[in-house]
Amino acid sequence: MKRDIENHVTGISKFVDDFPTLDGTLEAYLFYSEKAHAEILNIDYASALKSEGVADILTANDIPGENQIGGIIKDEMLFAEHEVEFIGEPIALVIADTKENAKKASNKIVVEYKDLPVVTDPREAYEKGLLIRPPQIFSGGDVDSAWSGCDVVVEGKVDSGGQEHLYLETQASYAVPTDSGLKIYSSTQSPTVVQRTISNVLNIPMHRIEVDVLRLGGGFGGKEDQATIWAVLSALAAYKLNRPVKLVLSRMDDLKITGKRHPYSSDYKIGLSKDGKILAYEVTFYQNAGAFADLSTAILERTLFHAANCYAIPNVKATGISCKTNLPPNTAFRGFGGPQGMFVIEAALHKAADVMGIDVDILQQKNLIADNDVYFYGQKVENAQAVNSWQTADEKFNLDKLKKEVRNFNEQNERFKKGFAVMPISFGISFTNSFLNQASALVHVYTDGSVGVSTAAVEMGQGVNEKIIEVCSRTFSISKNRIKIETTNTTRIANTSPTAASTGADLNGNAAKIACDNILERLKIIAAQELNAKDSEKLSIENEQVYLEGQETDLGWDELIQAAYLSRTNLSSHAYYATPDIYFDRDKNIGSPFAYHVYGTSFITVTVDCLLGIYKFDSVKIVHDFGKSLHRLIDLGQAEGALAQGIGWMTMEELVQSANGELKSNTLSTYKIPDIYSVPDEVIIEFLENSENRFGPFNSKAIGEPPFMYGIGVYFAILNAMKSFDPNLELFYNAPITPEKVLLALYPEVKV
Amino acid sequence: MAQKINFILNNVELSVESATGKTLLDFIRKDAKLTGTKEGCCREGDCGACTVLIGEIINDELHYKSVNSCLYPIGKVNGKHVVTIEGINSDELTPVQHAYTEENASQCGFCTPGFIISTTGYLLKNDKPNIDSAINAVAGNVCRCTGYVSIKRALNDIVEEMKLYDNSDNVITELISKKYIPEYFSTIKERLKRLEIIELKESNKTLIVGGGTDLYVQREDDLKNEDLVFVSADAAEKIYKEGNSIFITGSTTFQELAHSDVIKELIPNIEEVNKLIASLPIRNSATIAGNIVNASPIADMTIILLTLNTALHLNDNRTVPLREFFLGYKTLAKSETEIIEKIEIQIPEGKTLFNFEKVSKRTHLDIASVNSAFIISLEDKKIVSCGLSIGGVAPIPLFLKETSAYLEGKDLDTETIKGALKIIDKEISPISDVRGSAEYKRLLAKQMFKSHFIKLFPDKISVEDL
Ligand SMILES: Cc1cc2nc3c(=O)[nH]c(=O)nc-3n(C[C@H](O)[C@H](O)[C@H](O)COP(=O)(O)OP(=O)(O)OC[C@H]3O[C@@H](n4cnc5c(N)ncnc54)[C@H](O)[C@@H]3O)c2cc1C
Ligand code: FES
Ligand code: FES
Repeated sequence: MKRDIENHVTGISKFVDDFPTLDGTLEAYLFYSEKAHAEILNIDYASALKSEGVADILTANDIPGENQIGGIIKDEMLFAEHEVEFIGEPIALVIADTKENAKKASNKIVVEYKDLPVVTDPREAYEKGLLIRPPQIFSGGDVDSAWSGCDVVVEGKVDSGGQEHLYLETQASYAVPTDSGLKIYSSTQSPTVVQRTISNVLNIPMHRIEVDVLRLGGGFGGKEDQATIWAVLSALAAYKLNRPVKLVLSRMDDLKITGKRHPYSSDYKIGLSKDGKILAYEVTFYQNAGAFADLSTAILERTLFHAANCYAIPNVKATGISCKTNLPPNTAFRGFGGPQGMFVIEAALHKAADVMGIDVDILQQKNLIADNDVYFYGQKVENAQAVNSWQTADEKFNLDKLKKEVRNFNEQNERFKKGFAVMPISFGISFTNSFLNQASALVHVYTDGSVGVSTAAVEMGQGVNEKIIEVCSRTFSISKNRIKIETTNTTRIANTSPTAASTGADLNGNAAKIACDNILERLKIIAAQELNAKDSEKLSIENEQVYLEGQETDLGWDELIQAAYLSRTNLSSHAYYATPDIYFDRDKNIGSPFAYHVYGTSFITVTVDCLLGIYKFDSVKIVHDFGKSLHRLIDLGQAEGALAQGIGWMTMEELVQSANGELKSNTLSTYKIPDIYSVPDEVIIEFLENSENRFGPFNSKAIGEPPFMYGIGVYFAILNAMKSFDPNLELFYNAPITPEKVLLALYPEVKV
Repeated sequence: MAQKINFILNNVELSVESATGKTLLDFIRKDAKLTGTKEGCCREGDCGACTVLIGEIINDELHYKSVNSCLYPIGKVNGKHVVTIEGINSDELTPVQHAYTEENASQCGFCTPGFIISTTGYLLKNDKPNIDSAINAVAGNVCRCTGYVSIKRALNDIVEEMKLYDNSDNVITELISKKYIPEYFSTIKERLKRLEIIELKESNKTLIVGGGTDLYVQREDDLKNEDLVFVSADAAEKIYKEGNSIFITGSTTFQELAHSDVIKELIPNIEEVNKLIASLPIRNSATIAGNIVNASPIADMTIILLTLNTALHLNDNRTVPLREFFLGYKTLAKSETEIIEKIEIQIPEGKTLFNFEKVSKRTHLDIASVNSAFIISLEDKKIVSCGLSIGGVAPIPLFLKETSAYLEGKDLDTETIKGALKIIDKEISPISDVRGSAEYKRLLAKQMFKSHFIKLFPDKISVEDL
């Protein structure tokens, strides 16, 4: 088997838009609202319908089932009928012979709107009572009575901006009518959500809809919930017209229409003892959810879970408010609300350290969470690696020396200043909706000894396929070349959970391992027969050869499989895994929602040009807790990629919206993600030794999201550099810290 | 409006009926059905997923360069060799592909063919690879997955391996023998010579295309079904000195300018400056003339040329000084059909010093919030002559006439600089937009002005002084 990556480097790997299309395929273009909030008075489709190449225009009237695509909360219609609530909200679908003609026709649709008030700011929405659902409070201890015992109390406001996923492959779907229903090729992280939503909209049972996912050109959460609509639209068109229909977004439409990481505005109050122990922390998060719920409530919950990052705080009260605004519904993005929560506590500590006149890393280190502490929402800490990571980083990279180098540099330089920051992390692994923590796998061993594996995991660049190959190859002890990972397909694996929350390799790897073990057990019985051994327990397979009591035998994998087949042994297994021991009580907001936590520490150095307000990232040194890594290169790549995205979120990635809800940064030339020159000059990532994890296949740990949060440290490093240029600098916590913000803060007197 | 265009796509001679304005990307994916070249990522030169190589014979030598096929009109490949990822592949992975694989420098894979093409194109262009220029060659390729660290490792491996070879005489033969490119590349030069080159017709005299890097971003729909006017690239020498002037022909690209010895005499650090502008595949296409005519207020090359005494020679024998070319926002002292044939720079007398500053959200491959160029010549402590231009602070790329005049004849000291800052304040009129607020741009313009002096005269002017 060629590895995926070999197909990538040769351009053989196909994405939805690359699939050869069937004869008669039509293309669809979405007609959407150009108003952020308005009443629809009238729509005129007449001239669009006559436009060249148009096959049909579908609206709410054409929906056989429910005009509804909301997942957690049913508040989002597929097509708007009387009112639009964000720019990009679907109104109709134009289907034509080519995408170009469909777009041309859509330009001829005329809508009469009556403007309604537009709200884009979450605090304003809150004041007007525009909420996605009532506020949610997580608490531990008793903050109210704790303040009086604090020596230092600091309060403030923190903002963090949204972030565009910018998966390189835009949203895409191809729907093909079949004898019994539909087959959908979708670029989705959630095949079952796609299947279920189509079933609901078309009013046909799920078994008539087959969703197939080969791979995604990046997802990052942006295709967890928001790939669904495109699949549903193409499915509706294919179903109605009985023709294959393809729908691929242009970059500009993708940027305009799809949701992003949630911007947050937050208020915090933190109380510490003289010697730097955090005694109380109160925080209120105003989440900018956009127009509809999407995954906002689940994301907000994760913000609350991560409100205290990796710190043990006896008294915490965290309030989450999901605010409804007239922006596209914001959605999952690597970290899923965690980063927004962690940025606030880090800002609070940064400010407190400033007030106390000490280095913030002293406060950070002093409060690291350890075994037998309790995460404030009730989860007991087990197998904590926060202190271990910090100490290992200090041993390897020498914290004091790094700080001293920065001080020395700053004493000698006027224009350029360096800044240093530590960013420790703790990130909980599991879907916080406990029921999602399940997966299944289907493993076939073919008579030639090759193996096909299907799971619920979607490959989107995170390397889950390669990891599952690793799991199967280790379990069977056969060459990886024998193992093929099949597409993710709802007829082979039903009721899949989204590939999200960093859990893909854990859940599906464990399920695949169980399936392989099942087959292995049967094979051992056959091997025992073949070798006339009494006890199959004493058999093992190593490097494709059967061993009996540790001695190599003549029986190889190929012969063993043949023998098993001829003796009518089941060479397939469908296995199921559900994460044990997790629960969360949503009435009391207390429980143990995570199987485990991932930890790590990063040391970050930056240089700011204080004349021009620009900066560069000198070095990021990380000790990260990978557990027992399943695949070091893949894990390293995930950490490096997440770090870059985190840095981007904190610095250059700025979504600019006008007051009427229009996205101004709607191209790649105005929304900048990190390029190759944005990589820190030095990136060192060390693997924490001796970390075990019984929940991950072969003791591995999840990797997708946690390293994203290292990027948060860059914000504080830049701020620290600015502070050494101007000791009177007024500290501000408003990410991203663009060159504009840096310069204007360094020269406040010019403000008019 | 279709006409015949002859070229070689990978290993196949093609004679294609098409409007010359159709993008090469659409041809490759939709007509030739080669899907390794990716589309949909941006179609505006900002991601590199659509990168291909263009080979052409210049002075009897076959040269390759990388371009963004989403911005490249198919008419421009007439008589040339187009290489997509499919044209690089052989039975086994090439060493470039191998290095990316070994370092796991691809995750989702969507960006990867673009990177492989850019890297291979880099090797075709450079017989002395080093890591810095290799990074520069892929800097127009965006990857959202890897964070680039593994890509840098792969590039490092490739550069180190190339260093082992003595590849001085013929790069193409060398790369074929080491299996970086397939065997058929050895036949391309002869095959290109045998191609029948058909002169292309023009249907609309106002659709003048240089590199197309502005036009295709803004108006692809107007162009794709048309037969365009391509600015002639026939000149034997694109940049030359004559008398007291330097002449730059109308089809000269950024990359050609940056590597011209004539220009380096005037602006020694032009190569460094050039790296701050767009990306290599854009610079391989984008022309100086196009930069001027596009008249963007932050056009980098225009800002540089404004500091010099520059004149534009149009095809109807009119000559317009550059400083008088911009009448208002995107309004020019030129008719729709006039073509810039040559750009003339008067070589300043005496020794001059030059500095260029550009600040954008992202340092590379980004449009400036504000940019500024400054040229100065001193006698003892006195400023004999100077030219200051600032972009992003007015409806046009701005030459600061009054500030420049004020500075001339003054002593080089902090007083002079502070006096000039006051005049700058009056001469500029920035507005708020997606690249920054008006107050930011105003502040930044003045900081850049200071920076010119601090960089050019570190012994005389320091940050503390200003
Ligand atoms: C990704 C990307 C990044 C970019 N980055 C930068 C940057 O950092 N800095 C910067 O300054 N610009 C940048 N640009 C803008 C663009 O590349 C430049 O303005 C370039 O110089 C345009 O030249 P061109 O030859 O491609 O122009 P074209 O697109 O061919 O033409 C632009 C205009 O000039 C006219 N024209 C072209 N040649 C002539 C001629 N000889 N006579 C008369 N009219 C002519 C055309 O009719 C058209 O109106 C970028 C563009 C892209 C796509
Ligand atoms: S498609 Fe992005 S550069 Fe061409
Ligand atoms: S590997 Fe996914 S964008 Fe580069």
